[in-house]
Amino acid sequence: MNQNPGPALEVQGVTHRYGSRVALKDVRFEVSEGEIFALLGPNGGGKTTLFRIITTLMPPTSGDARVFGHSVRDAPGAVRRKIGVVFQQPGLDPKLTVLENMIHHGRLHGMLGAPLRKAADALLAQFGLIDRKKDYVETLSGGLQRRVELAKALLPRPEILFLDEPSTGLDPGARIDFRNELKRLRNETNTTVVLTTHFIEEADHADRVGIIHEGDLVAIGAPDALKKEVGGEVLSIEAGDPESLRVKLEAMFSCEVRSVDGSLRAEMKGAHAAIPRIAEAFPGEVRSITLGKPTLEDVFINQTGKRFIDADADEPEARKS
Amino acid sequence: MTPYMLCMGTIWQREIVRFVRQRSRIIGAFGQPVLFWLLLGSGFGRNFRYAGGGGEGYLEYFYPGIIAMVVLFTAIFSTFAVVDDRKARFLQGVLAAPVPRSAIVMGQVLGGATLALLQGVLLLVATPLAGVPLTLEAALASVLVMGLIGFALTALGLLLAWRIESTQGFHSIMSLLLIPLWLLSGAVFPVSGAHPLIGLVMQVNPLTYGVAALRRTLYLSAPDAVANLPGLWISLIIMIAFGGVCFSLAVRTAEQSEG
Repeated sequence: MNQNPGPALEVQGVTHRYGSRVALKDVRFEVSEGEIFALLGPNGGGKTTLFRIITTLMPPTSGDARVFGHSVRDAPGAVRRKIGVVFQQPGLDPKLTVLENMIHHGRLHGMLGAPLRKAADALLAQFGLIDRKKDYVETLSGGLQRRVELAKALLPRPEILFLDEPSTGLDPGARIDFRNELKRLRNETNTTVVLTTHFIEEADHADRVGIIHEGDLVAIGAPDALKKEVGGEVLSIEAGDPESLRVKLEAMFSCEVRSVDGSLRAEMKGAHAAIPRIAEAFPGEVRSITLGKPTLEDVFINQTGKRFIDADADEPEARKS
Repeated sequence: MTPYMLCMGTIWQREIVRFVRQRSRIIGAFGQPVLFWLLLGSGFGRNFRYAGGGGEGYLEYFYPGIIAMVVLFTAIFSTFAVVDDRKARFLQGVLAAPVPRSAIVMGQVLGGATLALLQGVLLLVATPLAGVPLTLEAALASVLVMGLIGFALTALGLLLAWRIESTQGFHSIMSLLLIPLWLLSGAVFPVSGAHPLIGLVMQVNPLTYGVAALRRTLYLSAPDAVANLPGLWISLIIMIAFGGVCFSLAVRTAEQSEG
């Protein structure tokens, strides 16, 4: 167990600009030691920029981030000794074997000889990769490669693990396996995990989630707490003329009804009881009514007035290379 | 072993391993210059007499130039790998590791220089064919000079590779900068017979001194044949300075890179 005072990660008023475009606006939050924290947001919202800042690949335009008290701006070397990183793009050399990739990475972190081999073998065994260790990485499936990445990142025993979109390119089964590996890691070694994702369901499994949109941190908290803030239940209504129905519904229930991309959404307590009333009052106008518990997507809609998927579509991938 | 050495060593080793696993690179870097040498050397053979020398044929004159070309090609091709590494984002992982940038660049430079030197050594085997009177001393000295040229050219290549986004971009720089650098180094024709303007460019081209050093070491036992070239020591000093400048610029570029 680590005995570090203070939070594992502190993001202190980070602002970042690419030319005149603002990618991050005064983002601040903390992640405690041993926490699994997800940064959720559509692509192009600033997640990857923030990721590159906290992994010391580039300094922010202003503000600072601290990893166990070390500034990414003033002491990137000290930060690098604390962190393990799994980038979105594969950080493995496909022309080297699994073991060679591990050895290469270990040496970059000052490990060598028999202890390095032992540590590499132990991790490969733990991740079920031991019988593939002599294979070239290019012959492994995407899911297996991601596991090699994780094993590689864990080799120097980082105190905090950063993962950029770890689920991208994995099939649902591999995604669940990977998530369970992260949980086990946290439970067994108290490693702090910070990951970015644009999968709502992945963020749901984190201890806490920060929602980032157009460079702003729009919400932060435990998934359940965030969903509770939205309200009891969510009604989604498809209608022939949404706008006129929206006005009528607001009058009827005296609560806010939002129009999001042609469908209506209302958060209210006891929404299920409202369904028959709506169906009876507006028989010709309603096409369908759906009742659901709030999800993180509802949290996102509440904060931004946009649908998660649409926000994704109208933001081009903002990746400076 | 210090972390610096360990980082440098593992990066060096990866460069070598990758090269050995890519046969096409070996053939490309070695086959092409040999082909050039045989075709150009025999083609020019009857029309060319080295003005200031002992009347050797073009095959002999061109031979050290071809070694320089092999070293140039191998060194530069090895830096293509860095462009690929950046494109594949492999370098992000290296840059997020707690290692000084200069250790990364040094590993890359030594990798390229080693490959260049090995290819050059292979070519030395053809010395009797070229008619160069090579002694053991001359061979050893020449190998050292090849290593030095390889170091400087790899560092130059890295300086570019850490900035350029695609290998296509690198190809255009190669034909606009690197090939002329070699053409105007005394590798293909001597300074003495060139147009004064070209001669001036050749005199400020650092590679001219690399090729001169190589000729001087190859003809260590017959210095008269290369009497009108720049001296060995001044040539070595210029090459070392050139390599040092390129290396430190490459490190600075790497320090500003985000992978």
